[in-house]
Amino acid sequence: MNQLDSAAIPALAPHYRLQWEPAQNAHVLLYPEGMIRLSPSAAEIMRRIDGSASVEQIVVALEAVYAGADLRADVVEFLTVAAARGWLRMRQRA
Amino acid sequence: MLSPPLWLLAELTYRCPLHCVYCSNPLDYHACDRELTTAEWIRVLREARAAGAVQLGLSGGEPLARGDLEIIVGEARALGFYSNLITSGVGLDQPRAAALRKAGLDHVQLSFQDSTRELNDFLSHSRTFDLKLAVARTLKAEGYPIVLNVVLHRHNLDHIEKILEMAQRLEVDFLELANVQFYGWALLNRAHLLPTADQLARAEQAVQRFRARHGEQMRIYFVVADYHERRPKRCMNGWGAVFMVITPDGLALPCHQARIIPHLQFPSVRDFSIPEIWNNSAAFNHFRGDAWVREPCRSCPEWQQDRGGCRCQAWLLTGDAAATDPVCELAPGHDRVVAALNATAGATRGPLRFRDDAASRQFIIEARRARHGR
Ligand code: SF4
Ligand code: SF4
Repeated sequence: MNQLDSAAIPALAPHYRLQWEPAQNAHVLLYPEGMIRLSPSAAEIMRRIDGSASVEQIVVALEAVYAGADLRADVVEFLTVAAARGWLRMRQRA
Repeated sequence: MLSPPLWLLAELTYRCPLHCVYCSNPLDYHACDRELTTAEWIRVLREARAAGAVQLGLSGGEPLARGDLEIIVGEARALGFYSNLITSGVGLDQPRAAALRKAGLDHVQLSFQDSTRELNDFLSHSRTFDLKLAVARTLKAEGYPIVLNVVLHRHNLDHIEKILEMAQRLEVDFLELANVQFYGWALLNRAHLLPTADQLARAEQAVQRFRARHGEQMRIYFVVADYHERRPKRCMNGWGAVFMVITPDGLALPCHQARIIPHLQFPSVRDFSIPEIWNNSAAFNHFRGDAWVREPCRSCPEWQQDRGGCRCQAWLLTGDAAATDPVCELAPGHDRVVAALNATAGATRGPLRFRDDAASRQFIIEARRARHGR
């Protein structure tokens, strides 16, 4: 698995849409002919992906909410998997 | 507890400028004369969304034949559907593609009949190949994710490499290689369309080579040729499990083909709400659970995997919708599939039948005569 650069900026891949789904009581990722139901922790990360925040900024933002937790490893692991599955595109800051 | 109808397929119209020899529309589609109105579709969308539907397919016929498509798409977007236009491309010029994008259409599934103009235009009995190429480029420029769909059969399976190259050149995101399923007009033309096992094996190898060379940049879905399999497909995850089709005239069905099963009364959205239909209708409950299951499926360890296959295929091939799908090697009716496969070697194929209004009218007349015993 590739090392994820903490300055990289993740963005949702063009054919995915993240939304709250009341009937599932969960956030879901929608894509052509499919739906992925996200766990609450995955949804917390995905909601902070806006195409301008870097991996580092997302970690900091989450740690501010969940004070005292060391989330870096979990966030990096999730983003790496999400990128490998094609949900995300990674861009380096210009 | 019943899961929601996650996936709604809205067949907006049976009208279509193409005449594909494998069209899955009913043979008697021309008997449908009262399409749902815009207001009726909007009510269907609202009720289905409230009941938990999230994926919306807009299909037909050719859905672009409906002038109110933009309104329907806009409503779907406002409700939070993820919407997919399933189209031949005819009628999708740049202004319309842009208007639909603006209304909130999420992606487009564009069908090609083949990678060559000759076969594309022959199989659809229309001059549409160049137009489809132009539509693919327009969609790309408008920023749509594109699923390219090609129905595979005896006449184009050997072109698979060219089809893969074409899809790659058009830079589509997904390629759906869908082996023809034998319903509707495809069943009528089965002797012409059934591929050989060799053709299928070669095509699968070509797809594997392509994947090995180019990776997953373009995702390829392969819909298997079920007549050549040893086990049936797990149809729509089971009857009334996740999927609901609404026909142009408002019938609610648990799968595309279900209206051919004559002893089931399918409810109309003109008479019942979506939750009433999904939860309480006799037709949707008919093949839920396992009370209806016969041998050999009843005592088969693989029941959970395939749920006995497709009810409509069982009806079409055996005259009993509760029978084991004859595709299964263990099915008592399996000889029907074997016979069909063997028959492709013979020469008695009859004419190829194109899907068109005249042919459909003819079927309606014949069906009436048969009912009245003449
Ligand atoms: S399969 Fe061909 S004829 Fe049938 S609805 Fe689709 S484009 Fe039209
Ligand atoms: S007998 Fe029925 S359950 Fe068993 S594999 Fe065949 S179709 Fe599936």
